[in-house]
Amino acid sequence: MTEGRERFRPPDHDNDHFLMTTVVGSYPKPKWLNRAKELAEDGDHDFDDDRLEEAMDDAARLITDEHVRAGLDVVVDGEMRRNEMVEYFADRIDGYGFNGPVKVWGHNYFDKPSVVEEVSYGEEWLVDEYEFTAGIADRPVKVPITGPYTLASWSFNEAYDGDEQLAYELADLVNEEIVRLVDAGAQYIQIDEPALATTPDDHAIVGACLDRIVDDIPEHVRVGLHVCYGDYFRIYPEILEYPVDEFDLELCNGQYEQLDVFTDHEFTADLALGVVDAHTAEVESVEQIKANIRRGFEVVPPERLTVSPDCGLKLLPRDVAYGKMKNMVRAAREVEAELDAGEVDLD
Amino acid sequence: MTEAIATTPGLFPLPDRAKEELSDLKGHQKGDLVSGSESGEVVDVYERARSEAIERQQAAGLDRVVEGQLRWDDMLAHPLAVHDSVETRGIVRYYDNNNFYREPVVAGELDYDGDVAAELDAAAGVDQAVLPGPYSLSELATDEHYGDEAAFLDAVAGFLAEEAAALPAVETLFLLEPSLVTDPPDDGEDRRASAAVDRVADAVEADVVVHTYWGAIPEKPYAHLMDADVDAIGFDFVSDHETNVYNIQEYGTKDAVGLGVVDGQNTLVETPAEIVERVDWVRESVPAQEFETVYATPNTGLFFLPVNRFEAKLEALAAAAEEVSA
Repeated sequence: MTEGRERFRPPDHDNDHFLMTTVVGSYPKPKWLNRAKELAEDGDHDFDDDRLEEAMDDAARLITDEHVRAGLDVVVDGEMRRNEMVEYFADRIDGYGFNGPVKVWGHNYFDKPSVVEEVSYGEEWLVDEYEFTAGIADRPVKVPITGPYTLASWSFNEAYDGDEQLAYELADLVNEEIVRLVDAGAQYIQIDEPALATTPDDHAIVGACLDRIVDDIPEHVRVGLHVCYGDYFRIYPEILEYPVDEFDLELCNGQYEQLDVFTDHEFTADLALGVVDAHTAEVESVEQIKANIRRGFEVVPPERLTVSPDCGLKLLPRDVAYGKMKNMVRAAREVEAELDAGEVDLD
Repeated sequence: MTEAIATTPGLFPLPDRAKEELSDLKGHQKGDLVSGSESGEVVDVYERARSEAIERQQAAGLDRVVEGQLRWDDMLAHPLAVHDSVETRGIVRYYDNNNFYREPVVAGELDYDGDVAAELDAAAGVDQAVLPGPYSLSELATDEHYGDEAAFLDAVAGFLAEEAAALPAVETLFLLEPSLVTDPPDDGEDRRASAAVDRVADAVEADVVVHTYWGAIPEKPYAHLMDADVDAIGFDFVSDHETNVYNIQEYGTKDAVGLGVVDGQNTLVETPAEIVERVDWVRESVPAQEFETVYATPNTGLFFLPVNRFEAKLEALAAAAEEVSA
């Protein structure tokens, strides 16, 4: 079996260079899926859980296909089955309970869960989701998982003396899930730790979590870490010690102002560079995205650069999300051709 | 003999039904947040939610009743966010939380607005007002008009003093000053921060409690704050009891004290006995200090909590205060 990044190169790839294209994970849900969920929650309707399951399968097929049509090399299902990045997992882990919505900002709320007793592996998390997507996609599938530090930080902790201990317990559960995913065939896992950006001083805790997460996971499994919307100088270069293959970073939003952070000290991992903004509703032009991709070469050589949006695309209008992916892939292919032709200055 | 008063720093969660109604009526984007000139339907939802908040406090048996600050989409930045001379820009992080508010950019003279007074005028049964402290409000905002930090703090203090003077008669005014802890004032600035608090406190007849949270104020700004003519300083005994008790031991405090003894950011509900124990611990730790009044409160505002836990905490707090007084 081909290892490293080469295993993700499509068989019909035209260029010698290969800038792997992928997404962070979440994608706008079709309106009818939200409607189906409302019906399933409403006791007055006979729209039962089986029908909801069917609707989620349909949505996963549709959005996986949308990723394929955009031309991405590695796809996900747009997290169609997940309601929210913490709630979804808290719902499946024993030890969590829910009390109701709390405010994030304005009238945006989430059902912030409470850890009420020791956490343990409850219901299966993502194996079904992975197997379904892998079964319908004609190309590699990535599995994003909310990281233990974020699962701990964005919950109420009623049961543990500190969030650190809770994060470690959750890391062991994430590890358990990854073992199952790898058994099911998954080769590319992405740990999402947005909470690291809010409390950068805890980078050592996140590192200790990752050590637990990759314990006994075969070397060939590609593990990425997604971090977004923070001051990276507060966590870099320390994060290079983490046992991961790739860092997926939001940088487009700040117009690469923070890129210098990663050039001051040699970047020794692969870089998945955000090249489109996840929070502007305008589709960037191919030319603009190409310029963004070239910024990545200031940090890593082409063979270590992955091309990705800044963050999950779920808050965008769906046509805009699709437009961004499509232009992003085209831009990557054009830059590859220019690299092949020796037209890109890499110094 | 110590009188225990059960109260809160306000900033309540909206009832769940109001959360839904207001999301539908107002929307989810930054431009949809409260502007100070809401439409009829929105006003109705807020009025109902406000009545519920007041009844809830009365039913729990709290000794002071707040309006709940349910319209404060931008939390402590609210009084500026609705001001005509202030532009609201991007969404920025609210202290070290997974919460965000619109960055208020002061682009003109901070003259009298009256938003908070109007809110209290509409709320029968309220006997405690809540305002951001001048230092915290100035730290949460960006100044593009006054030009330097001292002038800006002075302007914010003047603005808050006018807002406070216009409030209907209440027993107590809570000035919330978390920034004194999270971004403490430097040398020189600490004196100005204290003077700014003094200026707002002077504008009202009510007893004034300057409440601090998310840790403890460093010694110097604390010593300066003691110069302000306020009735009590409030301390967060949930997040840092040792440094707070040290401040009291070392520099003393006012004859009344605010004790943040209920965790406003965790769903674990304290029993009345646990709350009493925390109050007693403080009193025993500073035996030299005899408090005339103890304001027993949650450490922070309460919008961080789901409604059922928020309600349970109000009840536990009221029950605890009765035991302290007894």
